[in-house]
Amino acid sequence: MPNTVDGIAFAILAISMVGGALGMVSSRNIVHAALWLLEVSVAAAGLYYLLDADFIALVQLLVYAGAVVVLTVFTVMITLRRREDAVRPVDFSWPALLLALALGGILLAAAANFPKKTISMPDAMPSIVRFGELLFTARGYALAFEIASVLLTVALLAAVWWSREVED
Amino acid sequence: MRVGLEAFLLLSAVLFSIGVYGAVSKRSAVQVIMSLELISIAVMVNMVAFARFVTPDRGTGWAFTLFAMVVSAAEVGVGLALVLAIYRRRHTAELPELDELKG
Repeated sequence: MPNTVDGIAFAILAISMVGGALGMVSSRNIVHAALWLLEVSVAAAGLYYLLDADFIALVQLLVYAGAVVVLTVFTVMITLRRREDAVRPVDFSWPALLLALALGGILLAAAANFPKKTISMPDAMPSIVRFGELLFTARGYALAFEIASVLLTVALLAAVWWSREVED
Repeated sequence: MRVGLEAFLLLSAVLFSIGVYGAVSKRSAVQVIMSLELISIAVMVNMVAFARFVTPDRGTGWAFTLFAMVVSAAEVGVGLALVLAIYRRRHTAELPELDELKG
C-alpha cells in the first residue's frame, strides 16, 4: 500500500461526514439528529482507519458510536413525554449562521494557507505495542492516564448524583 | 487521486463550523450537546491527521486524541445528567425557558 490517502475513500467519508453533520443540525426530529450523529461518528472512525490509526478508530466506534449516541438517545427518550415532542420547529437563527460562517471562513483560510504541502505520508508509524508503552509508562503518559481515570470516576459520580430522582 | 493534510484540515474546519452553528442556534439542550460532540469530533480528526502527516513516528497525537475522547465522554455524561436534572425539576429541556438569571 502506498503511503498516501486514497482520494476516493476520503471523498466518500468526507461527504458522508459533512452530509451527516448538516443532517444533524437541519433535522427536525431529534431522534433522527441522534442517528445522524451516529453516522458522523462511524464515518470519523473510517477516516481514522484511513490514517492508519486503527486503535483510535476502534476507540471511536466504542466510545462515540457506542456510548455517547446511546446515552443521547436515552436522554431524548426520557425528556420526551409524547412521541410528537420529538418533532421540533426548525431552529434557524441568522446570528448563529453568521458566527459559524465567520469562524468557518477564518478556519478555511488558515487551512488553505497551510505552509507545508504534505501529500505523501511519512513511513514510520508506531506499532500498537509502542503506543501502549507510550501510554502506560512513566516516561510517557502514565500520569495523564491516571488523571483521566480520576476524571472519568468523578464524571460518573456526578452523572449518577445529578440524574437521581428528586421529590418535589 | 491522492489527498494530503490540507484536505483533512478543510474537512475538520467545515465540521467545526457546522457544530458551532448547531451549538449556538439549537433550543433543545440535548441538541446543543450533540453539536458539541460534533465539534470535538472535528478537533479529533484534525489531531489524528496531524499525527499521521507531521509526527508519525512518536504517537503523541494518538495519545492526545485518546485523552480528548476521555474528556469529551465525561463531558457528555455530565451534560446529559444535568439535562435530566433540569428536566426533572422544570419539566422542560428547552433552553429559552430557562431564563431565571436573565436581568
